[in-house]
Amino acid sequence: MSDLTTLTIAEARDALARGETSSVELTDACLTAIEGAGALNAFVHRTSDMARDMAEAADRRIRAGEATAMTGIPVGVKDLFCVRGVPSQSASRILEGFRPEYESTVTQNLWDAGAVMLGKLNMDEFGMGSSTEHSVYGATVNPWRAADGAKRTAGGSSGGSAAAVAAGLCLGSTATDTGGSIRQPAAFTGTVGLRPTYGRVSRWGVIAYASSLDQAGPITRSVRDAAIMLGAMASVDDKDSTSADLPVPDYESLLTGDIRGKRIGIPREYRMDGIPEDIASLWDRGADMLRDAGAEIVDISLPHTKYALPAYYVIAPAEASSNLARYDGVRYGRRAAPGQGGGIVEMYEKTRAEGFGPEVQRRIMIGTYVLSAGFYDAYYNRARKVRALIRRDFDNVHADGIDAILAPTTPSAAFALGEMADADPVAMYLNDVFTVTLNLAGLPGISVPLGLDRKGLPLGLQLIGRPFEEGDLLNQALVLERAAGFVAKPERWW
Amino acid sequence: MSITEDEARKVAHLARIAVDDAALPALARDLNGILRFMEQLSEVDVEGVEPMTGVTPMRLKRREDVVTTGGMADRILSNAPDAREGFFAVPKVVE
Repeated sequence: MSDLTTLTIAEARDALARGETSSVELTDACLTAIEGAGALNAFVHRTSDMARDMAEAADRRIRAGEATAMTGIPVGVKDLFCVRGVPSQSASRILEGFRPEYESTVTQNLWDAGAVMLGKLNMDEFGMGSSTEHSVYGATVNPWRAADGAKRTAGGSSGGSAAAVAAGLCLGSTATDTGGSIRQPAAFTGTVGLRPTYGRVSRWGVIAYASSLDQAGPITRSVRDAAIMLGAMASVDDKDSTSADLPVPDYESLLTGDIRGKRIGIPREYRMDGIPEDIASLWDRGADMLRDAGAEIVDISLPHTKYALPAYYVIAPAEASSNLARYDGVRYGRRAAPGQGGGIVEMYEKTRAEGFGPEVQRRIMIGTYVLSAGFYDAYYNRARKVRALIRRDFDNVHADGIDAILAPTTPSAAFALGEMADADPVAMYLNDVFTVTLNLAGLPGISVPLGLDRKGLPLGLQLIGRPFEEGDLLNQALVLERAAGFVAKPERWW
Repeated sequence: MSITEDEARKVAHLARIAVDDAALPALARDLNGILRFMEQLSEVDVEGVEPMTGVTPMRLKRREDVVTTGGMADRILSNAPDAREGFFAVPKVVE
C-alpha cells in the first residue's frame, strides 16, 4: 500500500478485510507520522505501547472474522476523554498528573469495537476557546498554510483532533462540541466534523465544560468515515442520565446519496455584514449542489439568531463555574504549595489561580457573577428564556417541513496564531456565531469541506439537522462532499 | 450594569480564585466587556417564556435505590495530591 496514513477509515477497513495491510502496519505508519509532526503540536500524550498491543489484538480479531468497521483503525482521542491510566487533563494545568481510574463510555465503545488508541490530542483548556491558544501544552499549528507562510490556528477547541486528521497522523479522532468546537476546527482544516444531537453520545467520562451543551462526535476525512465512527461512539448509556433511550442506527447503511424531495432551509439571518466574499459564494454554491441533487432550497427565518451568542456566553460560563468547582486541589490534579500557616480557602484560591489559565478564569468568574444573588434573573434566567426562543425558531421551521439548514461553518478561514492575542475576549467569541445556535437547541450539525479560499485555506459549510436524524444529515453531507469533490491536502512542511 | 474593582474582587473570591490587587482593573475591564455583550439579551421580549432547562423533552431516568459500586477507596485516592490513611488530607479548616 502506498501511504497508509492517507487512507480513510472505510478504505482502511476494506484493506484490512482483504488482508492487504494489518492494523500493526497502519498503527506503525501513524506512530511514525506522529513522531515527525512535533511541529504541529497535535498529539500531546502518546500511547505507543498501548497502540501496538491494541493493534496486535485487532489483527487477531480480524483474522478470527470478528471485526467491526472500526477494528484495527488507529484513532486519536481529545485530551478531555478519560482513558484509564493515560494522562487526561483537558489541556489544563490543574489536572497535571491526573490519570483516570475509569474509562469514558465513548472511548470504551471505540476500544470494544477494536479501534487503536494512538494518544491524546491538544485542545483549548476545558474546551474554552476557538484556537487552542488557551492550552497548557501551547497551540496546535494548522497543517494548512497560506502563501504568507504564517502559522495558523487549526481552530478550537478540538484543534488537535482536526489537525491530526488533516495531517495524516491518525485516521479519525474524537472531539467534543459545546459551541462549535468540532465544526469550526473541521472547517479550518478541510476535514469533516460531526456534532451529534445532544444525548446521542454519552458524556460519561468526558471532562465537563457546560453539561447542557457538551456533546462528543468524530472528526474524519470523509462523510462515510463520520458515519462509521459515530456508529461506534454512540450508545444508550445508563451512566449518563441525559443519554437518549434510542437505538443507534447503522449510519453507514443510510448513506444513499439520494436527497430528492428534501427541503433545505437557508436562514436569512445568517447573511451577516462583513462575511467574506469567498464564504458567501461558497454558501451559494453549496445550495446549488443540493438543488442539483433534487433538494428544494427554501428561504427561512430564524429570528432569534442574533441572540444566540450572548445567550451562550451566559449559559456556558454559568454551567462551567459550577462544573469546574470540583477542581479544588483535594481529590485529584495539582495542588498549589501552601503559604505559611495558610488555611483551606487560601489553598483553594491559590490552586485555582495557578491551575486555570486566563480564559478559564474569566469564564468561571463570569459564570459566578451571572449566577450570583441579584443577577440570576437578569442574566441567567433571561438567557435560558432566550434559549427557549432559539429552540422554538428551529421547531417552527421543522414544523414547516424543513429537513436541514445550510449555513457557513465559520465567518472566516483559519486565522494566524497570535492574531487575536490582543483582541477583546468578545472578538474571539464571534468565531462561534454560526455554530452556537445549534448547541443551544441541542441539534446535530456537520461541517463538510467544500473548497479553498483565494489564499489557499480550506472552507467548510455546515448542515444542521433534525433531532436524532443524523442518518439524514450524513446523507445530505455526502451529496455536498461528492459534488464539491474536495480532495486537496495540505502540503507537508512540518 | 457595570463591575467595579471591588465587585471583581468579590466575584474572584466567590469563585475561589486568587487575584492580585494589581490585576483587578484589567479583570473588571474584561468582565465589563463581556457583560456589555450580554446586554443585548435585554432587547428580547421573553414575557411568558419558560426558561429552558434541557434540550430534549425527557423524564429524568430513575434506577433502583441500591448500591451498585464501591469498595475502591485506594483507586479513588490514587490521584489525590495528599492522601493519608485512607483519607484526603487538606490544610486546617478551622482556626
